[in-house]
Amino acid sequence: MEETKYMNPYLAGVLLGLLLLATIYITGRGLGASGAIKSFAIATVESVAPAHTEATQFYQEYSNEHTGSPLMNWLVFEVIGVVIGAFLSGLMANRLKFKFEMGPRSTTKMRVIGAIIGGILWGIGSQLGRGCTSGAALSGMAVMSTGGFLTMFAIFAGAYIFAYFFRKFWI
Amino acid sequence: MGPLVPDIISGNLNYIVALVIGVLFGAILEQAGFSTSKKLVGLFYGYDFTVLRVFFTAGVVAMVGVIAFDHYGLIDMSLVFINPTFLWSAIVGGLIMGLGFVIGGFCPGTSVCAAAIGKIDAMVFIGGAFIGVLIFAEGYPMFEGLYKSANLGNPQLFETLHISQTLFAFIVVIFALLAFYLTNTIENKVNKINQPAIKTTPYFASVLVVGVILALSSFMFTDRKADLLNLVSDDNYVMNHWGNGKCTDKNNSDQMMCPDEFTLCLMKIMECDKFHIFDFRSEKDRKELPLPKSTPMTIDDLFAKEPNKLLTVLHRNNIFIANDELTEKKMAIIATELGYKRIKILRGGMNAFRKDILEYQPNPNATTLAEKNKDMFRLNAKAILPAFLQKFKPTEATKSDKPKRVLGGC
Repeated sequence: MEETKYMNPYLAGVLLGLLLLATIYITGRGLGASGAIKSFAIATVESVAPAHTEATQFYQEYSNEHTGSPLMNWLVFEVIGVVIGAFLSGLMANRLKFKFEMGPRSTTKMRVIGAIIGGILWGIGSQLGRGCTSGAALSGMAVMSTGGFLTMFAIFAGAYIFAYFFRKFWI
Repeated sequence: MGPLVPDIISGNLNYIVALVIGVLFGAILEQAGFSTSKKLVGLFYGYDFTVLRVFFTAGVVAMVGVIAFDHYGLIDMSLVFINPTFLWSAIVGGLIMGLGFVIGGFCPGTSVCAAAIGKIDAMVFIGGAFIGVLIFAEGYPMFEGLYKSANLGNPQLFETLHISQTLFAFIVVIFALLAFYLTNTIENKVNKINQPAIKTTPYFASVLVVGVILALSSFMFTDRKADLLNLVSDDNYVMNHWGNGKCTDKNNSDQMMCPDEFTLCLMKIMECDKFHIFDFRSEKDRKELPLPKSTPMTIDDLFAKEPNKLLTVLHRNNIFIANDELTEKKMAIIATELGYKRIKILRGGMNAFRKDILEYQPNPNATTLAEKNKDMFRLNAKAILPAFLQKFKPTEATKSDKPKRVLGGC
């Protein structure tokens, strides 16, 4: 079966914008993603090495700001929803398939290493930026936060600065 | 008034809401093509700007929406999470994320999306992000200096730039439209499609029309607070606009209360729920001369969600109190413009109340019965009020009682 075409980007943008607006109206906060990964990471460390979390400043500061289990977190539920929503959408559009995706000159090995390193950089960067493209850049833009716009421009700037050096990965 | 969390939607229901929002978020991202890294990085190599179109459209729609909601008083922006600004941390973090984008091909949200439809590279990416958070956590002492430096609070960009919210929103929308035009041109060039960036088709026309409407609407949805402050900045207008200063003892106007009526009101206030006092005086003044059952207020509170509930109790008169009548009138005008009803002010403010009641000097020339009654009433009030006011002074709300901003971000 053939894959369904993607939605018109402006239409998708309007829908995403309205969803973000509704999210802010209902919850007083925007969308996010990296926060959920952070919650999973902290929950993992807490269950594997509880003594370690009690002795380490980062986990202490986190538990001071958050009550209860790190997994009882708004973003964790939201991201579980993202998995479901994306899966259903992929199902309807015939896009469900296990595969690697990469540029024509790239190899699977390069792609795996790139994905790991890219992920690590996002893990660190999203902590420093206090959010990723969704939580800091997009949601920050909606509420006109200075920090949000700053992070957004820095992400785009960083990507454009370094894009040339990694062109073999993609084109 | 939004946000609906925590009083209308609370606790576990909020998690269900998160799940539903997440499903829609994931579905929209996937439908837009954010589940493939080749499409995502396209904007950095010029062959596919889908991401930029979706991203900027969403950002602009949500921003104008938030401004409109704020304009109509549908949302209390003082409770909404405004991402904090830590200057260097945001810049360095952003650059690192940008590097991660061109190496890894995803950002966290899109990687979750892509993993959900079976992209193995996305699953690997999520594993990497997981490791990245752990590296940050373990190396936190190393990052902490940068992480916490240059904390500018939670400013909004138009404040930082010292321009009005209206102008700022207009510029952002125009910027987005220009970006769409430019990226269309670049995309066609890179993909060697020989056609203009914009064609005169209904499709491009409608995108343009919607964009222009969004841009112009920023002028329609003005910053309500700035407007109202501007309205009451003219003292003459304010003095002539509320209750036209008339307040005789027999016939109180709807908008004014004279000190004697206010005194009666105070004495009955413990048994009667017909009045509620909103005290706009400073904390020091409130301590010195407390008013029973009053709620301390500031001008900012008028726009907030909590006091909103107090001001809209049915069949209850809202009495605005300040030291002087001008301030009272300003607040009353703003509150009326915001749609609140049954507002009265104290003629002459607390200064007049002090002079006419608390520091009343007996009137030796009182001849008519009415004058004698008034004299007696005021002397009586002078004798009992100070102790009464101290006895029933309101308990000052502690800071933790105030609703807090929602904690958001990642």
